Amino acid sequence: MTFEPWLYTLRLRLRSRFRRQQVDQELNDELHDHLEQQIKVNITRGMSPEDARYAALRALGGITQIKQRCRDARGGSVIENLVQDLRYGFRQLIRSPGFSSLAILCLTLGIGANTAVFSWIEGILFRPYPAVVHQERLLALAGTARVESGTAAISWPDFLDLQRSCTLCDALFVSKITSSTLNNGDRAEVTTGSIVSANYFDAIGVRPVLGRSFEPGEDAGSDAHPVAVISYQLWRERFKSDPQIIGKTQRLNNVPHTIIGVAPEGFYGTFVGWAMQFWIPASMEETFESGGYKLEDRGARWIESYVRLKPGVTRAQAQQELSAIAARLENNYSATNRGRGISLWPLWQTPFNNAGTLLPTLEIMLAVVAFVLLIACANVGNLLLVRSFARRREMTVRLAIGASRARLLQQLFTEGLILSAIGAAGGLLVAYWCRHALVLLLPARSGVAMYLPGEIDWRVMSLSAGICLIATLIVGLVPAFQTRNIDLAGALKAESTGVVGAAGKPWVRSGLVVFQVCLSFILLVGAALLLESLQKIRTTSPGFSTTNVVQTGVSLISAGYDVPRSKTFQDELIDRVRALPGVQSAAFARVTPLGYKSFSSTPIAVDGYQPSPEEQPTVDYNQVSPDYFATLGIRLLSGREFTRADDENAPLVAIVNQTMAARYWGQQDPIDRRLQVNGRWARVIGVAADSKYESMRESPKPFFYVPLLQDFARGPVLYIRSVQPVQSIVAALLREVHALDGDLALYETITVQEQVDRSTSPQLVAVTLVSILGGLALLLAAVGLYGVMAYAVAQSNRELGLRMALGAGTANLFRRVISRGLRLTAVGVLCGAAAGLLLTRLFGTLLFNVSPTNPLAFASAVAVMTITSVAACLLPAWRATRTDPARVLRE
Amino acid sequence: MSKPSDLVQGTLDMLILKILALQPLNGWAVSQRLQQMSSDVLGVSDGSLYPSLHKLEQRGWITAQWKLSENNRRSKFYSLTRLGRKHLEKEAADWNRLSAAISGIVKLKEA
Repeated sequence: MTFEPWLYTLRLRLRSRFRRQQVDQELNDELHDHLEQQIKVNITRGMSPEDARYAALRALGGITQIKQRCRDARGGSVIENLVQDLRYGFRQLIRSPGFSSLAILCLTLGIGANTAVFSWIEGILFRPYPAVVHQERLLALAGTARVESGTAAISWPDFLDLQRSCTLCDALFVSKITSSTLNNGDRAEVTTGSIVSANYFDAIGVRPVLGRSFEPGEDAGSDAHPVAVISYQLWRERFKSDPQIIGKTQRLNNVPHTIIGVAPEGFYGTFVGWAMQFWIPASMEETFESGGYKLEDRGARWIESYVRLKPGVTRAQAQQELSAIAARLENNYSATNRGRGISLWPLWQTPFNNAGTLLPTLEIMLAVVAFVLLIACANVGNLLLVRSFARRREMTVRLAIGASRARLLQQLFTEGLILSAIGAAGGLLVAYWCRHALVLLLPARSGVAMYLPGEIDWRVMSLSAGICLIATLIVGLVPAFQTRNIDLAGALKAESTGVVGAAGKPWVRSGLVVFQVCLSFILLVGAALLLESLQKIRTTSPGFSTTNVVQTGVSLISAGYDVPRSKTFQDELIDRVRALPGVQSAAFARVTPLGYKSFSSTPIAVDGYQPSPEEQPTVDYNQVSPDYFATLGIRLLSGREFTRADDENAPLVAIVNQTMAARYWGQQDPIDRRLQVNGRWARVIGVAADSKYESMRESPKPFFYVPLLQDFARGPVLYIRSVQPVQSIVAALLREVHALDGDLALYETITVQEQVDRSTSPQLVAVTLVSILGGLALLLAAVGLYGVMAYAVAQSNRELGLRMALGAGTANLFRRVISRGLRLTAVGVLCGAAAGLLLTRLFGTLLFNVSPTNPLAFASAVAVMTITSVAACLLPAWRATRTDPARVLRE
Repeated sequence: MSKPSDLVQGTLDMLILKILALQPLNGWAVSQRLQQMSSDVLGVSDGSLYPSLHKLEQRGWITAQWKLSENNRRSKFYSLTRLGRKHLEKEAADWNRLSAAISGIVKLKEA
C-alpha cells in the first residue's frame, strides 16, 4: 500500500528530470487554463476583455516565479543539480588535462595501495581458503602446554574425543601438511599435500568434480586405506585431465594409492600460502609422517586442525566448552595430558601456517597505506587549492548572481567525487594487478606451489568505495574552505587576476606540505628501522655456520626403505660422501633448524631438579649423527661429540645446550649426569653452545641432542661441509647415491644460508613493501613541495624582480627559495619525528634487536628527507634566479 | 504576491486536501472554492496555490490527470489518494485539537 504512491512519485520525479520540456509545457498549459477560466468569469461579471485579462493576471501573480516555485516544489532539482555538476566537473577536468591526470594518478596510487592491501588481508587472513564454505565460522584449533608459551599440535585420540564431545561445533576436521614424492614414469618430484580426517571435504563443503570424497572410517586403522583425492591442477597437468582417472593408482611415498576423487578447480586446500596437491586420510599417516603408527597414541602430538562453529556460537563459548573437555582429558589421561589444554584461534592468527608470519606485516601495511592515501589526498587538495585561486573569480560571480554557498560546495564536492571515483576505479585495477604480488616477494622453494592471492570481493570493493568517499571529503574540503570568505564586493572590484590570486592563504598550502613531509618522514623512519632490523637478523649468527655447508636429503621413505635398510644405506652413504674430494665432514640430522618440520619434544626429568607441581618440563630435541657439531660448526663447550660407538646397543647418551645446562643443573657440571628422555635415562656427555632452532628471532632456549642411531628416523637431512660449489656437490652426491641405489632421488639441495634466508623472508617482505610505499610517499611529498615552491615563486615574481633591481644577486635569490623550502621540511620533520617516536612502537615483533627509537634510522630519514626537499626546490629556485626585473617591473 | 507564512502554508495544504476530498477539481476551481469557503479571509493569492498543488502531488497525497471539463476544455484535475485521505484525517484531527485548545485559551475572561 505504501509502495504504490512511492512508485507514482518516483515516476513524477523521473519525469520532471528527464521529460523536463513536457513537464514545463504542462505547467504552462495548466496556468493558461487557469487564466482563461478566470478571464471568462471576469467577462461574465461585465469586464471588458482587456480588463478581464489584466485582472486575471494580477490575481495570479508573476507567472515566471510561480513556475520556478512549482519546479522547486516538484523537487528533482537535487538530481538535476548533480547531473549538471557532473557534466560541468567533467568539462573542467578535460579542460586542464595536466592537473586532472596528476590528481587522478595521485588518487589511483593512494586508493590502489589501500585496495591492494585490503585484498591481501581479505584473501590471506579473512577468507584464505577459496571454495570453502562459511569461513567466518572457521577457527584454527591448537594444543597448548601450561608451562610453555606458544601452541602445540594435538594427538589423534584427543582429536577424536574433542570431535565426539563438542556440542557447539558444526565440525572438527584435521588438515596436516605433508609432502610426498610423486613418481610418474621416470619423473619423480616432491609435492605438497594434506593428511586429513575422513570428514574433511564434507566439513568444508567442497565436492569433488570427479569421483568421491573420503567415507567415514577411512581415517581409521594402520595404513588401512591407501586412497587419495588429487587437486584439479595435478589432474590437469600430470594426468592430462584424464576422465578415466578415478580408480587408477598413483605411488605416493612409494605406496600405491587409489585415486578416488578430483577436487574442484579453484580449491587449494586449507593451508595459507601453499597450494595443496593431494589429500590422503589420516589412516595413511605412517607412510607420510616419521614416528610410526600414532593414531592410538595419546602422547604423539602431530595434528593441526580446524573447527567450524554452529551459527551464533562465539569463540569464547566454544573455547569454554573445549577447555572443559581438555580438562576432563587431562584428568583421565594424566600421564600424557598433564598441563595440556586446547586453544582456538581466528583464521588470521592460525599458529601453524603462513597466516601468523604475515599478520604483523599486513597490520603494519594497513597503517602505511593509510599514510600514503593521506599524502596523496593532501597533494590533490593542494592542486585543487591552486585551481580554486584561479577559479576564485568564477566562484565570486556565481555567488554574486545568486548561487547559494551550499550550491557551490555541492559543486566542489562533486568535482572531488569525480576525481576520487576515477582514482578508485584505477585503484581497483592496481589492486587487481597486484593481487598475486606477495608471492613474488617470498623466496621460491622447489616442491611447493606458493599461493598467496589477494581477493577482491564485495567487501574489499565497499571498503575502497568508503576510502573513495573519505578521499572526496578530504580533497573537496580544502577548496571549500577557501570559498568560505570570499569578499564579494572586493573580489569583483579587483580587476586583474594576479591580485585576486595573491589573496589566497599561503599557510593552508604550506600546512598541507608540512603534513605530507611529516607523514612521509614517519614512513621513512619505519622503512629505515625495518631495513636495519633485517640487516641485524641477516648478520646475526644463528649459532651454526652458514657458509660452505649444504643441506639435502635422500628419498628413502618414498622408496620404501625400512629401518634396517635405511641404517645400512645411511652408514654407507656417509662414508662415501666423506671420501669425496673437497668434503671436510658430513652428518645427518632428523630435523633441520629454522625449517618447517618441528623437532621432537619430550617430557624430561633431571636428578636434583624439582619441578613445580604445575610444571611438566618438556624440551625439544634433535636426533643427530656423529660429526653433526663439526659439520654445522656448533661449538662444544665441554665433553665430546657422538661417535659411531653411540649406537642402539650402547648406553643412551645426550648432549645438552648451554641454556639447558644452566636451567636444570645450575652451577654444576652436567657431564655424566642423568637425563630422562621419553621415560628412559640417558647420560649427558657434552654441552653444546646455544644456537637458533625454530626462528632467528627466538631467545636462547633449552635444547638437547641424542644420537640418530639411538632414536632412529628414516630419510634425515644430510649436511655436507665442503668448499666445492653446490652444483658440483650435487653431481658428486647423486653419483654416490645412484652407485648405492639407482631408484633414489635427491631432495632440494640448498646452502644452509639459503635455509636461514627463507626463515627470515617475512621480514624481507615487510622491508620490501614498506620501502616501496615509503618511496612512493616520498615522491608524492616531493611533488607537493615542488608545487608549493613553484607556485610561491610564480606569485612573488614582482617581489623577486624588485629585489633583483635593488641589487640582490642570483645566489641570494636561490638561497631564499631553497631555505624557504627547507624551513617547511624542517617543520614537517619535527612533527614527523615526534609522531614517529610514538608510532614506530607499533612495529613491535617485526623489529629484531633494533629499538623503535633507533637514532641511526631517524638520522638517515632526516638525510633522505632533506636531500629530497632540496631536489624538489631546485627547479623553482632556479626559476627565481631567472626573473627578469625589467619585465616584471614593467608589468 | 506574498509568500504564505509557515502556519498558513501548512493550513493551506490541509484546506486543499479537504476541498479535493469532496470531489476532483482543477487548479482554478480549487482557488474559487478556497475563496468562497474561507470568505477570502486567508487571502491566498491564486498563484501560491500551484506550488502547493505540485508539492502535494509530489508527496503522493494527490494525483493529477488531464481530462476534459464540462465546457470541453482540457484541464488538469487533481484528486485525493488513499495516502492523502489518511494524511488529511490526521491533520484535521490535529487541527481540531489545536484550535479547540487555542479558542479555549482565547475565550478565558480576564479575572
